[in-house]
Amino acid sequence: MNHLLSIEDLDRAAIERIVEQATRFAEVSDREIKKVPALRGRMVLNLFYEASTRTRSSFELAAKRLSADVVNFAASGSSVEKGESLKDTVLTLSAHKPDAIVLRTPWAGASELVSKWCSAAIVNAGDGKHEHPTQALLDVYTLRRRLGGIDGASIWIVGDVAHSRVARSNIIAFQRMGAKVTLAGPPTLIPRGIEALGCEVRYTLDELPSADVVYALRMQRERMHETWVPSLREYSSWYQINGRRLRPRQVLMHPGPVNRGVELSGEVVDSPQAVITAQVEAGVVVRMAVLYELLAGPREPRRSGARAPLAEHAVAAAASPAEGQLAS
Amino acid sequence: MAAEPLVHGPQQPADLLLRDVHVLDPRAPLDAPCDVRVHDGLIAEIAGAGTLEGDETAEIIDGGGRLRLLPAFFDPHVHLRTPGQEHKEDLQSGTRAAAAGGYAAVLAMPNTDPVLDSAPLLRSLRDAAAREACISVGFLPAITRGLQGEQLTEMAELRQEGAVGFTDDGRPVQSAGMLRKALQYQRLCGGVLALHEEDETLSRGGCMHEGAVSAALGLGGIPTVSESTMVARDAALAGYEDARVHFQHLSCSDSVDAVAQAKARGFGVSAEVSPHHLLLTEQDVRGMDTRMKMHPPLATEADRLALVEGLRTGTIECVATDHAPHARDEKEVPFEQAPMGTTGSETAFAALHTGLVLTGVLELGLLVERMTAGARLFELPTPLIAVGEPANATLVDLDATWVAGEHGWESRSENCCFAGRALTGRVLLTIAQGAVVYRERTFAMAAA
Repeated sequence: MNHLLSIEDLDRAAIERIVEQATRFAEVSDREIKKVPALRGRMVLNLFYEASTRTRSSFELAAKRLSADVVNFAASGSSVEKGESLKDTVLTLSAHKPDAIVLRTPWAGASELVSKWCSAAIVNAGDGKHEHPTQALLDVYTLRRRLGGIDGASIWIVGDVAHSRVARSNIIAFQRMGAKVTLAGPPTLIPRGIEALGCEVRYTLDELPSADVVYALRMQRERMHETWVPSLREYSSWYQINGRRLRPRQVLMHPGPVNRGVELSGEVVDSPQAVITAQVEAGVVVRMAVLYELLAGPREPRRSGARAPLAEHAVAAAASPAEGQLAS
Repeated sequence: MAAEPLVHGPQQPADLLLRDVHVLDPRAPLDAPCDVRVHDGLIAEIAGAGTLEGDETAEIIDGGGRLRLLPAFFDPHVHLRTPGQEHKEDLQSGTRAAAAGGYAAVLAMPNTDPVLDSAPLLRSLRDAAAREACISVGFLPAITRGLQGEQLTEMAELRQEGAVGFTDDGRPVQSAGMLRKALQYQRLCGGVLALHEEDETLSRGGCMHEGAVSAALGLGGIPTVSESTMVARDAALAGYEDARVHFQHLSCSDSVDAVAQAKARGFGVSAEVSPHHLLLTEQDVRGMDTRMKMHPPLATEADRLALVEGLRTGTIECVATDHAPHARDEKEVPFEQAPMGTTGSETAFAALHTGLVLTGVLELGLLVERMTAGARLFELPTPLIAVGEPANATLVDLDATWVAGEHGWESRSENCCFAGRALTGRVLLTIAQGAVVYRERTFAMAAA
């Protein structure tokens, strides 16, 4: 594995490998000295174009527990505000020769682009509304610990799917691990065509009792201004997960930060069914496993450089007619 | 007296003998091996292959019975980016790119900086084109000032200065009332109104076609109804005002239906489609290559097939490239940040020949007709291979296979959605208004 850009790139075996490695690192977290020397001398650069507390600190902690050096680069108050492009920022920071760049941006596909511009291993820590693969990995890890396995489990993802990168990564990851995924939310917040990912769609919570796992998404207040839903009050009355809707045997998950009283009622956040704190804990060990997988193993040469030369495209086109030929 | 609608730079009238070339001009009509003599920029003689003798002044080009001589193409939709964005394209590079694609004339869009919306600006642009353009250029100034959709431009004065028609391309005329006034005013000044159709309340926030791919990528979607509802609305307005409108860059099946219905009712409408909408779909956006980001967006396979069928039957009269150059650093950004547009002048014929003619979907003659028909729609003369006509022709090798972009581009920009693809069919020579304006490099060297 050279980069972690998308859950799409990981098959079931790869997901299991990372989750098992995370389990081994979990022991480290329970020790008095919570540090191993696995990545001593390596440098991890956190490049964050969006505000993030938990993901960034979780990556930072993960890198430090593996003894890597960590540099945090936040886009606000930097050259980015002076108009520097993503490419120039990445090329500039690459001069420090980081071994890995953890990248969070508001733009879909940004981490894949960056992986073509520099030789560091790129970890996608959220690219726009596209993907958040480490969140999906830590959710799989948390669920496996709680349920033993998730083959055949029915998982409902509830809320604002349209604006959620967590939803997209989790739909893929949960299905790859053998679960059945159902999306539920207001029709204005379920993107047209999402069923193509293999999941089912519901607009009410009538069938929620059939779920083994309820995964609530954060309802962002700024969505109100664009009239995605008429009011938070109406949203809550139809889609809030509360004591009345959550069954005793169901597991409740949430990527955080929680809006108490909106997508979740206070009582369920504090209930024993909620694994929200376990998810945060899992964040560190799973990210340790990801960094370890990318940086500690035998290093394959990583492709770098700007856009691939055209000749290369031509060869690829000649080799695979399906991609190279024009539609007929 | 109104100015001539098309302008071009200084040219040297050609003296050529095109020997044993297969002439294909569906309008002439001609489909046979011929010798064609061009003298002083005019087509002087057309005779059976091998019958004409060269003289000491004429350059002889031998087609070997294999090379095709087609009427030069007409592109009703290009962005020459001048004034204001000459780092993307200018009059010289943009017309040179078109010449390399076999075009003898193009119509330039007004979404420049400043917007082409006044007679003095049109005059200065036409003056510049008369110095720099290697093929004919016509200009479509804006319908509304600054493309703001609030106040009509001085359309009558602009027409006197040589405006071919009007368009707010890049932006829709959002208000039906505003467009209606422009349609009424057309009775005074004439000039086709070319319409970019998009309901911005439906498309806002989108950067690709709304569907399975946008849902999977987490990109904001643009629903096809944002285009088709506006096509239907404006067709109805054109019918009501008995006006003449042209729908630009159709992208979906519903729009084709809306145009067909308007035509069935006898409304004065016509339409164009771009090579990328005829050949590519939302699936090509999966890799988030910013060269695949264009306006309107690439839609589904069903939409693509409907567009091809619309072009075949004539519901859509012509092909337009919507050649939209952008600098490399503007396109080398994440997909959502990238500007909309692909270049297309240099690849249009080759891509359509490869994707639609060689696959048996369209006859070559029909493709040639659709690539020249734009001229008639804008009340301009259509290139014709006939004795006494000014020479407007393009010589192509239908067997030549090349990789788009492998030797660079004539355009100043390289954001071509077909870059890197193997295409079959290559423009070797373009004659526009009687002058040789383009020779493909290897062909020129072989001939020398």
